[in-house]
Amino acid sequence: MTALLDVYGLHASYGPTRVLHGLSFSVSDRGVTTLLGGNGAGKTTTLRAICGMVARTGEITFAGQTITRSSTEHIARLGVAHVPDGRGTFTRLTVEENLELGAITRRDRNDVVDDLERVFGYFPVLQKRRGQQAGTLSGGEQQMLAIGRALMLRPRLMLLDEPSFGLAPRLVHELFDILTTLNKREGVSLLLVEQNAALALELADHAYLLETGRIVFSGAAREIREDEKIRRSYLGY
Amino acid sequence: MELLLQQILAGLATGTIYACIALAIVMTYQAIGHLNFAQGEMAMFSTFIAWQLTQWGAPYWVAFFVTVAVSFAGGVLIELIVLRPIQHAPVLSHVAVFIGLLAILNSLAGFLWDFNVKPFPTPFGTAPLFANGFIDAHQAGMIAVTLFLLAFLYVFFRFTRVGLAMRAAAHDPVSARLVGIRVGWMTALGWGMAAAIGAIAGMMIAPVVFLEPNMMLGVLLYGFAGAVLGGLTSPAGAVIGGLIVGVIENLAGTFIPVIGGELKLTIALAIIVVVLVMKPQGLLGRPVLHRV
Ligand SMILES: Nc1ncnc2c1ncn2[C@@H]1O[C@H](COP(=O)(O)OP(=O)(O)OP(=O)(O)O)[C@@H](O)[C@H]1O
Ligand SMILES: [Mg+2]
Repeated sequence: MTALLDVYGLHASYGPTRVLHGLSFSVSDRGVTTLLGGNGAGKTTTLRAICGMVARTGEITFAGQTITRSSTEHIARLGVAHVPDGRGTFTRLTVEENLELGAITRRDRNDVVDDLERVFGYFPVLQKRRGQQAGTLSGGEQQMLAIGRALMLRPRLMLLDEPSFGLAPRLVHELFDILTTLNKREGVSLLLVEQNAALALELADHAYLLETGRIVFSGAAREIREDEKIRRSYLGY
Repeated sequence: MELLLQQILAGLATGTIYACIALAIVMTYQAIGHLNFAQGEMAMFSTFIAWQLTQWGAPYWVAFFVTVAVSFAGGVLIELIVLRPIQHAPVLSHVAVFIGLLAILNSLAGFLWDFNVKPFPTPFGTAPLFANGFIDAHQAGMIAVTLFLLAFLYVFFRFTRVGLAMRAAAHDPVSARLVGIRVGWMTALGWGMAAAIGAIAGMMIAPVVFLEPNMMLGVLLYGFAGAVLGGLTSPAGAVIGGLIVGVIENLAGTFIPVIGGELKLTIALAIIVVVLVMKPQGLLGRPVLHRV
């Protein structure tokens, strides 16, 4: 498998504080990679660094193109949709406007209309609330909106920062079913950050474990799932 | 009764100008989070450009649209050259830059066109609209032009993709970048539009207040009062605030004899202070929330 996203020797810092110390990992084309790790390990920062939202050095290639020095908006235009920590909803705009913004850089306007229907197919509740201010949605609904908005880009790669956060268990499973469909049927590659390691390992083909800004373990998701010792010592389940 | 009605109409006429300036201020404020004190001087400078064009023999509407285009470009350039480099600088740096810009534009206009008061043409004429009217054809034209402008802006922001992108960039620049919006371009575009709106306001009010480098001082204060009254975070509020200030100014000047012409400007300042004390978020603005 060829890599869609290749990260090599990634360092990132907030002002003078360095939080990532030379990460190397990749997401294969049409693959699912998960980043696991405890609070403050640097998972969110890793996703931000890929999108150019924090100062970074190293080498990041997306679809064969070096993006280490590209701007956030340029990287989005290449087809990288980031569903950030805290969802990044435009709270004062309507649900429909939020979804339109997901596709704002696309030129194929007719397909955008179809994609809106497709997103409503995945998340019927968004259709019911399409005229409502996004800030008035429940947390779970906002999470769906964030993912729906990312889909509107027709991304090649989605970066998902704890998509299950704050969702009821039934919704979490629904969400992961949708992510599976997106990956298997639509061929969207995923880089998934999750607290829920068991769930993430089921969806992922590859996993990396982060501790204080370093990768301490990596391997095929299946192996990690089946290796009790690793699960116990690193993932706590 | 009829006097009152006519005074309200006349107040609305100048109110539309305050509404435009208030709107320009709010647009800039939403895009960069700072109040542009130089908005009035930018409008004044634009008006001089229009005057110069008519002096060179350009027909009114040609001068009008050329001025709008030049002002738009000027606004974009000011953002790129002066404000982009200090975008992360603290509030005081912005205040200093805006005051500098104000002084430069003011003295440059004085240098180029001197400080003598000049008449400015109106395309609508000055015939009274009603038999015993206070409101004349120019005031009516002023209302029509600004209403048209406001309708245009409403449609632009509400129904076009660029308008949506500009709103998104102003509300949440970080998320806007994540969906691929070039936030820097949106800010520059916002400056261009604010400058163009100011230019239209300047050209509309110039036949009333006459043309000279300090012509916009009062207008800017009333515009600020309107923006504060409506809420600095709400473009619709700014427009309504501007109209209300125009009406209040006119009624107070007519019906409260002590106020007359001289004290009218005090009203603007009084409105600003009262609103800031009683209802800091204005009529339509969002309250500023602080985490506790
Ligand atoms: N804006 C910031 N400024 C300074 N330091 C930050 C900032 N954001 C995060 N950090 C620090 O960087 C480190 C990594 O944080 P990060 O948010 O990437 O962790 P995380 O793995 O996503 O954690 P969590 O599971 O809690 O979301 C932490 O030590 C954190 O304190
Ligand atoms: Mg995080």
